[in-house]
Amino acid sequence: MQDVNLYITDREGVQHEVIAPTDMAMNLMEVVRSYELAPEGTIGVCGGMAMCASCQCYITSEHQLNEMEYDEDAMLAEAFHVQENSRLSCQIPITEHLNGLKLTLAQEV
Amino acid sequence: MITTDILIIGAGPTGLFTVFEAGLLKLKCHLIDALPIPGGQCAEIYPKKPIYDIPGFPDVLAGDLVDNLMKQIEPFEPTFTLGERAETITKLEDGSFIVTTNKGTKHHAPVVAIAGGLGSFEPRKPQLEELSKFEDNGVEYIIKDPEVYRDKRVVIAGGGDSALDWSIFLADIASEVTLVHRRNEFRGALDSVDKVQELKNLGKINLITPAEVKGILGDTHVTGVAIEKKGEDPFIVDTDHFIPLFGLSPKLGPIGDWGLEIEKNAIKVDNTLDYQTNIPGIYAIGDVNTYPGKLKLILCGFHEATLMCQSAYKRIFPDKKYVMKYTTVGGVEGFDGTKKQAPKAIVKAIV
Repeated sequence: MQDVNLYITDREGVQHEVIAPTDMAMNLMEVVRSYELAPEGTIGVCGGMAMCASCQCYITSEHQLNEMEYDEDAMLAEAFHVQENSRLSCQIPITEHLNGLKLTLAQEV
Repeated sequence: MITTDILIIGAGPTGLFTVFEAGLLKLKCHLIDALPIPGGQCAEIYPKKPIYDIPGFPDVLAGDLVDNLMKQIEPFEPTFTLGERAETITKLEDGSFIVTTNKGTKHHAPVVAIAGGLGSFEPRKPQLEELSKFEDNGVEYIIKDPEVYRDKRVVIAGGGDSALDWSIFLADIASEVTLVHRRNEFRGALDSVDKVQELKNLGKINLITPAEVKGILGDTHVTGVAIEKKGEDPFIVDTDHFIPLFGLSPKLGPIGDWGLEIEKNAIKVDNTLDYQTNIPGIYAIGDVNTYPGKLKLILCGFHEATLMCQSAYKRIFPDKKYVMKYTTVGGVEGFDGTKKQAPKAIVKAIV
């Protein structure tokens, strides 16, 4: 198992290059929280159950991601600032596949 | 004025368990919560989700955990102010506090325990120009009294349970109900989805999908909304009320202005002793607090509540001696006259 490099642009527009482990069953939202790239209490509010959209992000690289499940799709249907490349970062598990992934955090609602 | 020993702000699992630990020390509790039901996030966000890390429960549904806690604290007769948000706090000369809610209900207690989780649940608002101007002038996020909508025209936006349920309910009351959702699919209980379909077929609900409300029209009161159907030009729907129902999100809210030390959207407490805040007599327990090594887990909230109650007891009765007693030894003596205790062993000769 190897670590992956991710490029995360925070809500202020600052890009951060971070390293995430692939063997800890983490998701993207948790990586953002572990690096404190968004204030606690403003991201991952529901804990990662696809029930609040506070971890919405825009995927800006060409990576093939895991397909959206019903819960995520339905939550995004009710969220704000949703774009074509919107995903809930809590629903994207960190795998070796994600190396080089670029994403931008959606603004806080 | 409601008076109690420990005033608990937040009726989630941590707040509810505080009633039990306080009860063992003969302290009475009153709880305030912005939600209309006890249980906090467990009841509001994920009642049907299982939790696997409550000690002694291999798995328990969040809703069932709340039900169990309510049963566990019943002997201690907790009282509640529900559907109201704790707004202001005043410290009296004797060191006790008065907490007033947004509806003006006053509570008096020598100890305040903030168990507010991530904050009070507030409606998520769509990003529309002049939205705030129309709030309470035709724009409502929560339906308090359905009679307000009798023979009026209503536009509801949203795709979840509350949008569906209120569309169904108001179909019989309002003169016209329009439901706008960004998708053709709705996420809600199957029978509500079917019912909306039926009402749509009967012409009782005007369904507009996939579409979004893009603007509000009116001078001082809502007179219409601009709706944009995907790929089409916007059009106006005349209406008296616009009700966006996009769920709730927690905000720390007014508690953040109580003079408490805040860090990372949470209240700093002394975790080496009793989870007291920088204001003596105000404690913060559960997800709402922070300290080095903090984990937002229900089981940690329970621990914090237990230690906090011992400290609250000493604050309320500084000269009264007490040591913690095991429930297995002392049983549970309720304020309602009930008593639970371990059965006594029988001593009898076998001949």
